[in-house]
Order: sequence, then C-alpha cells, then structure tokens
Amino acid sequence: MFQQIIFYWFALAAIFAGAMVITVRNPVHAALFLVLAFFSSAGLWLMLEAEFLAIALVLVYVGAVMVLFLFVVMMLDINIAVLREGFARYLPIAAVVALMMFGAIGYVVGPRYFGLDAAPSPAPAAASYSNTEAIGKVLYTDYVLPFEAAAVILLVAIVAAIALTHRGTRQSKAPRPERQVQVRRADRVRLIKMDAERGG
Amino acid sequence: MIDVLHSYLLTWFPDLVVTVALILLKIVIVIVPLMGCVAYLTLAERKIIGYMQVRIGPNRVGPKGLGQPIADALKLLMKEVIIPAGASKFLFLLAPVIALAPALAAWAVIPFGSEMAIAKINAGLLYILALSSLGVYGIIIAGWASNSKYAFLGAMRSAAQIVSYEIAMGFALVGVLIAAGSLNLGAIVEAQRGNALTWFWLPLAPLFFIYFIAGVAETNRAPFDVAEGESEIVAGFHVEYGGVAFALFFLGEYANMIMIAGLTSVMFLGGWMSPLPASWIPHVPVVGLLLGDGIHWFIFKIFLFLFLFLWFRATFPRYRYDQIMRLGWKVFLPITIVWLVLVAALVVYHVPPWFAKA
Repeated sequence: MFQQIIFYWFALAAIFAGAMVITVRNPVHAALFLVLAFFSSAGLWLMLEAEFLAIALVLVYVGAVMVLFLFVVMMLDINIAVLREGFARYLPIAAVVALMMFGAIGYVVGPRYFGLDAAPSPAPAAASYSNTEAIGKVLYTDYVLPFEAAAVILLVAIVAAIALTHRGTRQSKAPRPERQVQVRRADRVRLIKMDAERGG
Repeated sequence: MIDVLHSYLLTWFPDLVVTVALILLKIVIVIVPLMGCVAYLTLAERKIIGYMQVRIGPNRVGPKGLGQPIADALKLLMKEVIIPAGASKFLFLLAPVIALAPALAAWAVIPFGSEMAIAKINAGLLYILALSSLGVYGIIIAGWASNSKYAFLGAMRSAAQIVSYEIAMGFALVGVLIAAGSLNLGAIVEAQRGNALTWFWLPLAPLFFIYFIAGVAETNRAPFDVAEGESEIVAGFHVEYGGVAFALFFLGEYANMIMIAGLTSVMFLGGWMSPLPASWIPHVPVVGLLLGDGIHWFIFKIFLFLFLFLWFRATFPRYRYDQIMRLGWKVFLPITIVWLVLVAALVVYHVPPWFAKA
C-alpha cells in the first residue's frame, strides 16, 4: 500500500516531467524537467531494489551529463519564434507520422508485455545481498568483452571529439603553470650590495 | 535507546506512525546540532582568521562575541528578499533550497558510531557521490535565474570547476572502495580498525590529500572560490540574493564543509575509531571511555578538517581559472589513476598490515 503510493508518485512525476520536457518553451526549463524525469526514474529503479543502477543514474546523468547540458543550453541564444515557424503547415503530415510511430511502438512493446502477470515484482532479496557486487561480477565475467568494447568505443569518441576541436600547439603567450611552479627566488631576485653614497 | 522508545511507543500508536516518527526524531537529532555547528562555524571562521591576521574578530555581541551568529541570523531573517526584474521567479527561489538540501541529505548515511547512523544502506558511498554531485545545481540555477551577468559568470565557473574536481574525487573514493571492499560507510570504518597507522590515510595517502583538496574545490571555498570571486565578479552566483535566500546559500556552504570534513574522516581517518590500539586503552571508567572508540573522536576529526578549511582561507591566494583546470585534470586525475592500480595490487597481494588476509 505504502509502496504503491510511492510508485505512483514517482511514475506520475516521471510522466509529467517527460511531457514538460517536450512542451515547455524555455530550453533551460526543459533541461531541468529532464533532470526531474531522471530523478523519478531513479526512484522507480530504487523500488525494484536496483539501488546501484538508480544511484548510478543520478550520479552519471543528473550529476555530470545534465550539468554539462545545462552549461551549453544556458549559453545558447535560442530563438523560439524561428524554431516554431511552419508549425501549422507541417502539423497534418507530422500528426500522421507521429500516429504511425506510436502505433508501431504500441505493436512492438504493447500492453501484453506489461502488467503484474507478464512482469511480476521481483522477489525481495536477502538483506546481505549486494546489488553492486552482483552487477560487478556479471559485468567482469560473462559480459567482459562487450563491456570492454563499449569502453573502447567511448575512447574513440573522445579522441574524435578532441581531434575535431584541436587547433595545434598553443602559440599564445599565456603563462605556463608547469614552468611557473619551478621558478626559484634566485631566478627573479638579484640582491646587490652597495656602499652608501656620500653627499658631495 | 531508540529501540526502547520504539517498543514503548508501539503500545500506544500503530506501527507505521511509530516508524515515521522515530525516523523524523533521528533526523532532528542529527540536523539540530549540525545547524548549531554551522552557525558557530561562521563565528569560528571570523575569529580564527582574525587571530591569524592579528585582529580580534567579532567581540561585541554577547560575551566574547558568542552572540554574533544569532545576531547575523536575525538580521538576515528580517531583510527583504529582492527578486530582480526579469528573473525566473520560481527557479530563483528554488535555487537556495537545492543548494542546501543535498548537504543535509548526505548525513543520512554517515556513521557516527558502530551502530549509530540514520540509514545503514549498502550503497552508502555511491549515495554520497550522487548527492555531492547535486549541490552544483543550486549554484547553476541561481546564476541563471538571477538574470545577471556576474551571477551567470559565477555559475559557469562553478559548474566547470565542480564537474572537473568531481572526477578526481570519485576516483579517490574508488580507491577507498577497493581498499575496504564495501560501499557501506560503516563497513569502511570497520575495515580501518586497529590504530592510527591502520587507517586508510597511510596506504591511500595521495588519494587522501586529493580527496580533501577536491572537497575544498567542491564547496567553492578559498583558494578555489572563483565562483564567488568578490574582486572580479562581485559575489558570483549569489550576487542578487538577499535576506533568507542568501542565508540559505551561506548555510549550504558551511553544511557542505562539515560534510566534506566528516566524509574525509570516515573514509581516511577511521571515523569514530580511536587512534590508540585497543590493548593500550586502560579499563578506567572515564579515561577508558575517552580514549576508546566513540563519537567524540569523530567530532574531533571533523573539527580538525574544519580548521584546515579556515586555515586555507587565511593562507592561500585565489587560484586563477586556468590553474584550477590544470590542477584538476593534469595533476589530480593522473595521480589518482596510478594510485588506483597500486591500491588494487596491494589488496590483491594482501599487503600487511592494512590488507592482510582476515
């Protein structure tokens, strides 16, 4: 009973946030609603006793990805009026495409795959059971090859991104911290001893 | 004590009410002293930095200036909250709350003693990591919602800084996780049992330093306070805030400091463990209790790190933005990765005294 209230709370929040992401006008608000959507999904996963995935979702997507997302979106100057041009003109054909997509999705993952008969709630694990340990074991034994392949693909993506934006070695005269920290007093200050001059 | 209260209350009220009430009671027991600490930490900061700069510091309100935090709080409570024209009103008011909430929520999993924690969850370390990554939202939202250039610049700087240092911080915690073999904070403290030399600060020394320095950067404290940078961007992300809204940012910053201090003691200095080996502690009533394990050691270690926070602020000049980025990405990150490999080797080969076979 208590669990059901929490479940419906998170589920409603996720649906509401998801709808707001695509309907709200301001892109920063949309990004923040996406954060809320991630959070609600994390709550739902937590109720499935998948605590590692739930917290990793918050940690990776909310804590890192969305921060950078917001960072970019806040600096963009998006003109909503231009984006909305031709909304009415394309509405009919867009509606047809959307309906077809919706039908296709409904056919592939239809209601017959859902409900408590199709997917009964998992049996509660023992208190000593550690979700993190179980995922780690599977990831590094049964699925080690796909896991490593995914890591290499991500590395390729990083290298590609750097290669696209790299502008050659730095030519500017900006200070180099690695040389700055090696400066010693003798390099900068020369103490000179002079005899006091006598007034003539 | 809580168990006794639990069974006592059960005779009057239904189970659900008692459970919720006791959870709330535990939260109050943690939050109220924490807020007191935050208030007097502000006074301690002004006093300690004052003495370091050969000044007296606040000494007018109450005996020795002890009433100063209360006077400050009253002043801030009575001031008007001004919402700038063109600001996003809802987000402007939400931002201070978001800045404070994660700093308080993280205390839920901190072990104060062998059986003293609000929640003993298995993924405690992950929970801490996730929550400490949320604090940045308060700053970013505040900077954006203020509709002010200074605030926005502060928010951008802070976002870049926190995202950069979070990686080094996360890697440092992965080292702790490998060393302890558990994500449960209570188990991490338990894995350091012994004396001051078996705590993780010794085998994980570079990670210990990096974690604490990254913690200083995460809390936007000097010398990493470019988000505020009063000489460049006035007051950074909270330049448009006044009254209670500003007070919440202030509380959030100090609550975060206490949290980082607490986490560093839990991960690297053995939390509530006594630095003396158990065999040295005499079985004398008061002395034995004082020297033995207990919450007082935890509080003492927290104060030690808090003093370091204040000391840093009085000593170091502010980092320049490019220096911050260099330190995070080119210095801390490689060191943590190298040390992770080393720690993994130490654990695999059961190097005594820290990782000897149980």
